[in-house]
Amino acid sequence: MSDDHKPQAEPTAAELHGILAEYDTPDQLIAAATKVRQAGFEKWDTYSPFPVHGIDAAMGIKMTILPWITLGAGLTGLATAITMQWWMNSYDYPWLVSGKPLWSIPANVPIMFELTVLFSAITTLVGMLMLNGLPHPSHPLDLVKRFARVTDDKFFLMIQAADAKFDERDTRSLIDATSPVAVENVLEDRVTPDAMPAGLVYGLIVVTCAAVVPLALAVKARHSKSESPRVHLIQDMDSQPKYKAQRENPIFADGRADREALPGTVPVGHLNDDDHFYRGRTGDAWARTFPAQVEISEETMARGKQRFGIYCTPCHGQGGLGDGMVHKRAEALNQGGWIPPTNVTQEYLRNMPVGELFNSITNGVRNMPAYGPQIPPEDRWAIIMYVRALQKSQAATINDVPESERGSLK
Amino acid sequence: MAAASDFNPFQAPPKGDNTFARITDNVSRIMEAPKPPRAWYIAFGIALSMLTIFFGSLGWVVWNGIGSWGTTMPAAWAFPIVNFVFWIGIGHAGTLISAILFLLRQNWRTAINRFAEAMTIFAVMCAGVFPGVHIGRPWLPYYMMPIPNQMDMWPQFRSPLEWDIFAVSTYATVSILFWYMGMIPDFATFRDRSTSTAKRVAYGIVAMGWRGSSRQWHRYERAYLILAAIATPLVLSVHSVVSFDFATAQLPGWHTTIFPPYFVAGAIFGGFAMVVTLAVPARQFFGLKRIITIRHLELMNKVMIATGLMVGYSYGMEFFIAWYSGNQYEGFTFVNRAFGPYAWAYWTMISCNVIFPQLFWFKSIRTNPWTTLVIGMLINVGMWFERFVIICTSLTRDFLPASWGYFIPTKVDFMTLGGSFGLFFTLFLLFCRYLPMVAMSEVKAFSPAGGHARGHLHHGHDDAHAPDAAHAHH
Repeated sequence: MSDDHKPQAEPTAAELHGILAEYDTPDQLIAAATKVRQAGFEKWDTYSPFPVHGIDAAMGIKMTILPWITLGAGLTGLATAITMQWWMNSYDYPWLVSGKPLWSIPANVPIMFELTVLFSAITTLVGMLMLNGLPHPSHPLDLVKRFARVTDDKFFLMIQAADAKFDERDTRSLIDATSPVAVENVLEDRVTPDAMPAGLVYGLIVVTCAAVVPLALAVKARHSKSESPRVHLIQDMDSQPKYKAQRENPIFADGRADREALPGTVPVGHLNDDDHFYRGRTGDAWARTFPAQVEISEETMARGKQRFGIYCTPCHGQGGLGDGMVHKRAEALNQGGWIPPTNVTQEYLRNMPVGELFNSITNGVRNMPAYGPQIPPEDRWAIIMYVRALQKSQAATINDVPESERGSLK
Repeated sequence: MAAASDFNPFQAPPKGDNTFARITDNVSRIMEAPKPPRAWYIAFGIALSMLTIFFGSLGWVVWNGIGSWGTTMPAAWAFPIVNFVFWIGIGHAGTLISAILFLLRQNWRTAINRFAEAMTIFAVMCAGVFPGVHIGRPWLPYYMMPIPNQMDMWPQFRSPLEWDIFAVSTYATVSILFWYMGMIPDFATFRDRSTSTAKRVAYGIVAMGWRGSSRQWHRYERAYLILAAIATPLVLSVHSVVSFDFATAQLPGWHTTIFPPYFVAGAIFGGFAMVVTLAVPARQFFGLKRIITIRHLELMNKVMIATGLMVGYSYGMEFFIAWYSGNQYEGFTFVNRAFGPYAWAYWTMISCNVIFPQLFWFKSIRTNPWTTLVIGMLINVGMWFERFVIICTSLTRDFLPASWGYFIPTKVDFMTLGGSFGLFFTLFLLFCRYLPMVAMSEVKAFSPAGGHARGHLHHGHDDAHAPDAAHAHH
């Protein structure tokens, strides 16, 4: 109690708060409480170190509404859990798990239960404290020395002077009739200041303001733009002790993090030991025939035409005459230094072995880049087949046309 | 008052001449004594060094990554989750004693409930540390909470791990509320007896101005009853939800419907074992032998026989179902548990949890504090091994032999496990020294002069004795 050691105010100067009676046993307290209730008092209370069995009936204490408050809180918790889970997992951010329904009750029951319990429990404690008017830092009874034993082994009853039926002499005699161990007048507390100490108040204000600062900074950061990168307190895995491609690695003599394949080894699937198909060579010379893997058919020709359209026409043009859009554009810009693309139907190319054409596409020639990494070998052969057709079309005679069709060309 | 033998509050002359004052004196003098007994200092020194090891090893793990534990595939859960389930289980006895035994009107609980509740809270704190660090980036556990974030994502509420977050945090919150509410009247007692201003202000703040008004007691008792009623399903649900972490997985040995009741029974079993492990030294060194009596120990030992048999039944039933299901993977898992590479752990578990507790059938053993202490400690070991067996045998021997392995803990694993006891005992010893270790107001109410036991007897509810604080003295 706050002020045991301060001197009590003079009884004459202080207002009477109530009359306090002390008892030794719970039974005496119950008997006294019954008498006070029967006398019709309203502003009075009994005090005991533990809940006295039967005191509620003796004092006529009505059932508290706390259970209903708890029920309300529990239902609120349940509703919160249902709404939260539905909104978060099936509406705001629909979370599909193994094709199961976005919203199904059974999997959401545990959290419904937990929130119901959590809300009820917090509300029960807070509700009990609020209904009891706690915390209650100071009270006139704190100035009564004997009252300190209420939390130890003594039982007390006090009738407040504020009660309508209170009369100092009559009330006193009523209390005396309950045979208390001691009776004492309780005076209004004129000793304890009503206001909180100024230092405490200012301290609380400062702490509250300081507590808002980090939050305010976070809100500001969310709603403003900044040139500098965000503050990144914990680096997570930003910096990892490993070597990335193209970086230096002091472990190896050549200082390269990227390692070359070991001499004499071939990665799986990269053996490519068919010289004809992969490199256009037969023996020591360029191949003059298509490899066996390439089927001479209309389908391959169509594939070649399509691939030629994709990869070759930008420079060589639709007919392979070296008049593609890139070339036309370069001519129009007329900035100089432009090497015109080759006309693929020229005579020396008509006579060039297919293997050499294959090599040109694969590895590039003059300012034409290598297309080997982009076009798979079977497609390169298909393109060559189409190029052969284009060459033929530019150097054809009437004898090349089937007799049945010749009429239409005249 | 320095020597342990000097410190016996019970032998000090009580202030009052009645039972209530004696109860107050017995409990308050522990806080009021200028110095605790020497045994307290020794225990506190040990606990603090273990706590240092705990924080040191956790710092090591956080800095270097969880690879410094032996935690790796296939035993990805390993020690951290074993320890988590172990500590959460320990916590259950506290709520069981404070809530379920309260609803069942087992009035003997008043001598030990405060203590068991404190144990619950400290155990849940120990438990919470492990998954928090096991996630690998312990600064990000808030990802599991439904907090609006820059990723615009929400937690997955249909995951058992998410249920676990809610269950354990709700359990911790409700346990703390329940514990705190029970202590309000006792804080008021401490406040009113305090001789120094610092103590009076400190206990005065936490007592919130409690003055024992009957109108307040009325709401207080109602609130206590409601909290007990709420905490009862909660305590049963928490370990059920923990068991869902396992039971909803497809792993042989985990995917069983027996897990929730099996886990709850095991938790109560292990929790009571921890209560007696703490109660025996506490009553010895803090002079509470007249409040926490042999009868209390005996009743707790009986609870351990009952729950121990339930746990033993579960072990047997798992084997039966593994055979009866005809599932070759289940069958293999259980044969492997008993006779595979972890057989040593399995048989440690069986001996500690099923065989040794049977000694409690002998009255001379269950009424002796020191045999109780030894068997209680054995059960603690057994319950830790139960979780170890469940986690490690199933994870390291699942469907594909190609992914089998064997879990080998590192030094750091043992340091965090041992260190967590340091956290637990440090908090517990501080609690013993500075907080009301026994619920004084409740013990008074159920003492013969308090009238509660008498009242309930009248209604035919109560067949348990009131604590013997008064009887024993005469």
